[in-house]
Amino acid sequence: MEAKLQSVVQRLQERFPLQVEEFRGEAHVFVQAEHLLHLLEFLKTQEGFEMLSTVTAVDYWPQQQPRFHVIYQLLSLQHNLRLQVRVPVNATEPVLPTITSIYANASWREREVWDMFGIRFQGHPDLRRILMPQDWQGHPLRKDYPLGYEEPQFTFNFEEINQRKPYAKE
Amino acid sequence: MGIEQKLGNMGVVTTTLEQAVNWARTNAMWPMLFGLACCAIEMMAAQASHYDMSRFGMELMRASPRQSDLMIVAGRVTRKMAPVLRRLYDQMPEPKWVIAMGDCASCGGVFNNYAIVQGVDEVVPVDVYVAGCPPRPEALIHGIITLHEKVRGEKFISKA
Repeated sequence: MEAKLQSVVQRLQERFPLQVEEFRGEAHVFVQAEHLLHLLEFLKTQEGFEMLSTVTAVDYWPQQQPRFHVIYQLLSLQHNLRLQVRVPVNATEPVLPTITSIYANASWREREVWDMFGIRFQGHPDLRRILMPQDWQGHPLRKDYPLGYEEPQFTFNFEEINQRKPYAKE
Repeated sequence: MGIEQKLGNMGVVTTTLEQAVNWARTNAMWPMLFGLACCAIEMMAAQASHYDMSRFGMELMRASPRQSDLMIVAGRVTRKMAPVLRRLYDQMPEPKWVIAMGDCASCGGVFNNYAIVQGVDEVVPVDVYVAGCPPRPEALIHGIITLHEKVRGEKFISKA
């Protein structure tokens, strides 16, 4: 890990309870949901991470508990540093506080994470689906979501599936 | 090219109204400009000088559904695009036909997932399916000629 990044992580460890993993010179900071807002606030105001590159999530079902990691990728333009903040989220209550008060551009990213993974963001100004249709059931990027939408028609089951397949009426 | 002389020689041509109308419909069928994915590239190639769809009366792709008779669904249709596709189809004046070009438009193709409509026949009534991923221009032209054959056999009562 780079010395500059090392010192940032050091200062974080003094203030917040967190775990740090290193991967190819990048720091992944694991933090619990209750410290997330303070941590990001601190990183933005004190450490110069003024830009939020992305918010995304990973579903580790069924290998890991808790099942989701929500990932905040931060970028500091003035120090030329990148930092990844990861928050484990439980499947039984997938709720996180919104960070739109700190990084305004998180709004659409959080909508996407809600749409694809079904993780709610408490306090989000407008938490609607962003990619899928509004009346869609389920969250497609969850690992337990069915991979194919429709069974493939072969010669042996053509008639059976044909009966269920919706067709346009003229 | 010679047809004037022929007409002159024959003097009178008799036919049924049905045949005359269907002949007119097949020989001036204007497709709608509606490319969705890589199939649109092949559709453009079919339209361009080398394959030249205007040999079959398809002089130009219309950019407006209100001026077109034929909708070539060239590519995969996402679930969010499906209402738009249906609206464009509803805006086309009767009589109108639909060609599902390529595997994706016909049955979803390789995209059996949450984002893609599994065949545009869920949304609009399809007359001709053209297989291929993407189909070559010859295949599209074959599909269009197949549609022409279908239109030539149409009775006035069957299609409003």
